[in-house]
Amino acid sequence: MSPLDFVVLIGSMVGIAVYGIWRTRGYRNLSTYLKGDPNVRWAAIGISVMATQASAITFISTPGQGYQDGLGFVQNYFGMPLALIIIAAVFLPMYRHLNVYTAYEFLGRRFDAKTRLLGAALFLLQRGLAAGITIYAPAIILSTMLGWRLDLTIVLSGLLVIIYTVTGGSEAVTLTQKYQLAVIFGGMVTAFIVLLAKLPANLAFTDALTVAGGFKKLQAVDFSLDVKRRYTFWSGLLGGLFLSLSYFGTDQSQVQRYISGASLRESRLGLMFNAVFKIPMQFFILLLGALVFVFYQFERPPVFFNEIAWKQAVEHDSGGRLLSLDQQFAAIHAQKQQLIHTWLDAKHVGNRKAEAEARAEAVAALDRSESVRAEAGKALVAADPGVKSNDSDYVFITFVLDHLPHGVIGLLVAAFFAAALSSKAAELNALGSTTTIDFYRHVLKREATDAHYVAASKWFTFLWGLVAIAFALFANLVENLIQAVNIVGSVFYGVVLALFLVAFFLRSISGTAVFWAALAAQTLVFVLYFSLDISYLWYNFIGCAACVLFSLLLQAVHGHTVKPAEALPGS
Amino acid sequence: MKPLDVNATSAVGASPGTTGANDSETTGLPWLDTWRGVYVFVLGCFIVWVGLFVALTVIFS
Repeated sequence: MSPLDFVVLIGSMVGIAVYGIWRTRGYRNLSTYLKGDPNVRWAAIGISVMATQASAITFISTPGQGYQDGLGFVQNYFGMPLALIIIAAVFLPMYRHLNVYTAYEFLGRRFDAKTRLLGAALFLLQRGLAAGITIYAPAIILSTMLGWRLDLTIVLSGLLVIIYTVTGGSEAVTLTQKYQLAVIFGGMVTAFIVLLAKLPANLAFTDALTVAGGFKKLQAVDFSLDVKRRYTFWSGLLGGLFLSLSYFGTDQSQVQRYISGASLRESRLGLMFNAVFKIPMQFFILLLGALVFVFYQFERPPVFFNEIAWKQAVEHDSGGRLLSLDQQFAAIHAQKQQLIHTWLDAKHVGNRKAEAEARAEAVAALDRSESVRAEAGKALVAADPGVKSNDSDYVFITFVLDHLPHGVIGLLVAAFFAAALSSKAAELNALGSTTTIDFYRHVLKREATDAHYVAASKWFTFLWGLVAIAFALFANLVENLIQAVNIVGSVFYGVVLALFLVAFFLRSISGTAVFWAALAAQTLVFVLYFSLDISYLWYNFIGCAACVLFSLLLQAVHGHTVKPAEALPGS
Repeated sequence: MKPLDVNATSAVGASPGTTGANDSETTGLPWLDTWRGVYVFVLGCFIVWVGLFVALTVIFS
């Protein structure tokens, strides 16, 4: 990074933070602090919902996912439009009518205190784990940018996020997210244009797509019924529907974003904005990753994209094993590059046979180079167990720092950091507010001033930030970040969603029945997750279906029903 | 904890059908003046996107 990049980076970040703090100075009202400005319009809600989900992971890890596995991950979002419609039509009117602070308050009013606490606890558990994963993203940026160790940058970026969140609250997040998202999209579009310009001069855009397609990076839709395949049309549509229903409909970090709308109309339109634009946005980011893959077919990539860890390991590699792997990788890459040229030349002259042969040889060469990369990853982990063997999260940030012009680098790093700040702030804010409202106010201290609860919420936010940092320091992730977050969510979300679906649609089910059903269903999901080899998206459906079914069975066995209104006084 | 108001209490456990009054609220959009129309438009966009993805998959596979 040049001085110009640092000026752009620091100027952008300080500007956003100061603006958020200035606009939200002196908030002591619990409702405003936790829910945000009650007059917020649909565009701001839509952007806030999008920015909360589109964390730095989206912009760091998703291009890496596109680079590694192609466009298939877009199917993960196929259930989202229908889910957002259901939330807008059913969930949202309920939440607004009840004027609740957290989604779990609703469970308390519909069922009982223990079910409310169970819902909140499941949220805190999964979101607390996810917070430990998402904090990797800004840490990876800092580590790659400054050449510092990852554990040090995890602590630094974690503390920065905590300060930002605690001093600003939900309103600061909403206020600054539109600017952050503008910076992010500006940066991503710039990266896309620069990437196209950096491809070889004789390589047309259709040639780039041909290369990407030839290496199976453009398989966006897969109609296979194989449940072991991670991303298919069906797992995305059905599993993704339940995942999105739960994430947008019951996860406090999202519910908090849209229940603050000026009216039902504003909140609904904010959700519909996401229902229309989320899929093309994810597609664009994945395509960017696939094109980075094409770029690195003509430009030699590092054998391991976490170059800081690689260089440190090479310095201590007395046997020369790592350097040997690096040389093997370079030789295979040169062969592959030649084969791709032969393949494209044959395509241009219409020689189908030669094209097919060259393509098959290029694919075989790619398989060999991936084997060397995998070996390099294993050798690196053996040398330093603290290093993640999966380096796909480092692909895009490496491309940005190595190949984009100065100034643009600063802009993009600022965009990634802004995304990290906004999503982490929303996440920690939701953890803090749920702990305050559903546990602290509900169980420990029922009568206190708003200022007291705001202060408590800030302390809980601070504590959750520390938990996230601690988790990130000690966790050893084998998945890339975007998948790891979705896996953690999928393990818990199905049961949480079921609590709300039973509340909405099955009036005869009592709190006791649904409480024990949820515990049994969550146990079942844990057992299945550790014993089956199926796409994680299915656990959203399995957890939800199991909880609903168990609720019905337990209620039938229990032999009596509790009318919803009777369950209220306990809440 | 603040007491529940009567409206909130009556809404708890109500079937989704009771929210129907909210659906009559205008969308304020020039071409889509009912919520049903908005939802159909959103699903239509989704189908168009899936169609384009299938075309991309087939053409470049």
